[in-house]
Amino acid sequence: MSKQQSVKLTDYVGFDTIAAQIGKKIFKKGLNFNIMLVGESGSGKTTLVNTIFSKNFLESSGRKQAAEKSRKTTEILITTSVLTESNAKVRLTVIDTPGFGEQINNENCWVPLVKYIKDQHVAYLENEIKPERERVIPDTRVHVCLYFLNSGYRGLRQIDIEVLKRLCEVVNVVPVLSKADTLTVDEKMKVKEKVREAIELHRINIYPQPNPQDDQAEIELNNKVKKVMPFAVVGSNLTYEEDGEIIKGRKNPWGIINIENKDHCDFVLMRDFLLRTHLIDLVEVTSYKYYESFRTEQLQHIRDMRGAQPAQTTQQAQQTQQAQQVQPTQPTQQAQSANPFSIAIPAQQAKSPSFTKPSVQSSRKYISNALSK
Amino acid sequence: MTEAATRQAPKVAKKKLQGYVGFANYPNQVHRRSVKKGFNFTLMVVGEAGIGKSTLINTLFNTRVFPDKDESTIGETRRGVEISSMSAEIQENGVRLRLTVVDTPGFGDSINNDDCWQPILENIESRFDAYLTQENRVNRSKISDNRIHALIYLIKPTGHALRAIDIEFMKRMHTKVNLIPVITKSDTLTQDELVGFKSRIIADINYHGIQIFKPQWESFEDPEVINENKDMLSKIPFAVIGSDKIIEKPDGNRVRGRLYPWGIIEVENEKHNDFIKLRKMLVCTHMEELKDVTDSILYENHRSQKLVTMGHEQDNTVFREYNPTAQMEEERSVHEARMSKMESEMTAVFQQKVQEKESKLKQSEEELYARHKEMKQVLEKQRQELEEKKKRLDSQTRPITPLDKKQKKGLFNLS
Repeated sequence: MSKQQSVKLTDYVGFDTIAAQIGKKIFKKGLNFNIMLVGESGSGKTTLVNTIFSKNFLESSGRKQAAEKSRKTTEILITTSVLTESNAKVRLTVIDTPGFGEQINNENCWVPLVKYIKDQHVAYLENEIKPERERVIPDTRVHVCLYFLNSGYRGLRQIDIEVLKRLCEVVNVVPVLSKADTLTVDEKMKVKEKVREAIELHRINIYPQPNPQDDQAEIELNNKVKKVMPFAVVGSNLTYEEDGEIIKGRKNPWGIINIENKDHCDFVLMRDFLLRTHLIDLVEVTSYKYYESFRTEQLQHIRDMRGAQPAQTTQQAQQTQQAQQVQPTQPTQQAQSANPFSIAIPAQQAKSPSFTKPSVQSSRKYISNALSK
Repeated sequence: MTEAATRQAPKVAKKKLQGYVGFANYPNQVHRRSVKKGFNFTLMVVGEAGIGKSTLINTLFNTRVFPDKDESTIGETRRGVEISSMSAEIQENGVRLRLTVVDTPGFGDSINNDDCWQPILENIESRFDAYLTQENRVNRSKISDNRIHALIYLIKPTGHALRAIDIEFMKRMHTKVNLIPVITKSDTLTQDELVGFKSRIIADINYHGIQIFKPQWESFEDPEVINENKDMLSKIPFAVIGSDKIIEKPDGNRVRGRLYPWGIIEVENEKHNDFIKLRKMLVCTHMEELKDVTDSILYENHRSQKLVTMGHEQDNTVFREYNPTAQMEEERSVHEARMSKMESEMTAVFQQKVQEKESKLKQSEEELYARHKEMKQVLEKQRQELEEKKKRLDSQTRPITPLDKKQKKGLFNLS
């Protein structure tokens, strides 16, 4: 029996440097951060990412030429870059989704998005359950999805509600109100109010979600953030001089918008939220919430599959292969030729490909193949 | 035909007046008459929800044509496009204008927007048809003109180019109505971005052959007017903002505009947006041209198409020697020949399909037989194997215990 007691130390021992040690280890291991951008063409996705990281490393994926045809489906465009700041190195992957919401008929425009997110989970799981796996599993799972809303008066549109509902089941979603320079202060409040109402009405689980393990400070921070959500941002990488100081912003005949001014827009709040306070949290929540539930579902399924075939000898394995090919569909005949031991001739395959959704089926195939290796 | 025409037309000779006659006053008479009658103008506005339709109309005519749409219409999930029209009679300097604005809520708001232009197209055409019916009445003294004189299409200020729905809509409408594309909420774009955006929009419009309304001018008009028109043309599509609020500027002036923490944008400041130009073109200078084009070109095209489909044929007696009965017989024989050809084609196709189907069925039948035999064989083999096993097991003395069978509990083999 082990007893746990809390001891107060009288001398300085020195293990409070554990935070720095962990930090060093993490950066040696390499931190992967994957952001997905979802929004219509022209909502300011590329500009915003370039503004957050203060570098024009992304190029807009909008249609520029008249002869260019608009995309027929949502595509996935991945850009990876290694960012270094002081001695911290981050491998940033930005997943752009050109073609989202651009067609006249946008039904199922979210399917490629959800599929991509799930595929990353599958890849990670495959790597994880390998008998000999790497020390550091490459983490391509999407940690946060920035969903760009239009600053219209009506709150959320139908397509927004549909896509948000589906995305929140598989990834952390942070809604962003881009091009907020078209909203006056009153309008901004009204729009945010409407969006929050709609999110609550449709029970969309936006990040951050309350966590029973949070301490008081974290809960307060999260509440503060929730009051500002959705972030009304303006993006720009151009600088102007005003009153002697250099500001990043947008210049118009009627004034200059200063991005880093909290009264002008929420850019600073959003950047701090994403990078300075909640970065690790986003990675962790992806790992213990979305990835875990996916993993549990998959392994449970494998266990069920194994349970349906209790006595699996190689001979029977061969028989199953044959039987599968010929697809016996006469259970009555089998019952007649049943012997006292009633070894289940595996006609009822747990693998019934026609009844499962394609992406899940392919992932199951992955897992079982990986296991049988 | 040309000979007949020249024979009938009188010889026109230019003469110089030798004194005051007084018909120079004729335009004033027309003017007085029309002012007495009053004018009417019907405008249709199309755009997504929240793009600024109501605000723009209210700003254009300085009247609250559309009521405040705040709480009441939010949360309504509309299915499809509705057409709703509002009329207002406004007066300025003794001139009465009956303005009708047709709103199209629900356009482009659903997830699936296929054919969302259909109700709008039908509305425009039904107005043409209504006018046509009135023209064909016996008593034509009271004809009310409800045709759409201009359609303002609002473009979202993405900064990139036209979207698929924009191009599709304009392609279907430009032959039926005067299209005026307008960029709203243009305060989200800087001057440079706006220039690029407008040029890409024009490139798209030209690429797809869309005819938008462009102000025309004659070479004999005032150079001032010509310059104004040229200026207007260069700014198309107009980038505007709308506002129903009056803001007081720091220097004391009260202007219509929007108040931001970083400055005030004025609606009527030409340096800030093209609102003045739009209002000028729409109301001050080109309203009559819009109505004229609607009447003489768009309506006429529609009318000709409609009458042809209704059965009226081009009356050829005006042009040449024409034998109606021979023509009819010719047509009938051509028609009959076509019908018989179609019939024979169809029977041939039908027979071919029947043959194909039969051969396919035979094939699948054979396949089924083969499979059935195979499966039976497999089952036989299995049965035999099992019987052998049974015999073997029967002959053994030791009973079978569960420990013989290899069992795997879960994934990890903890034996």
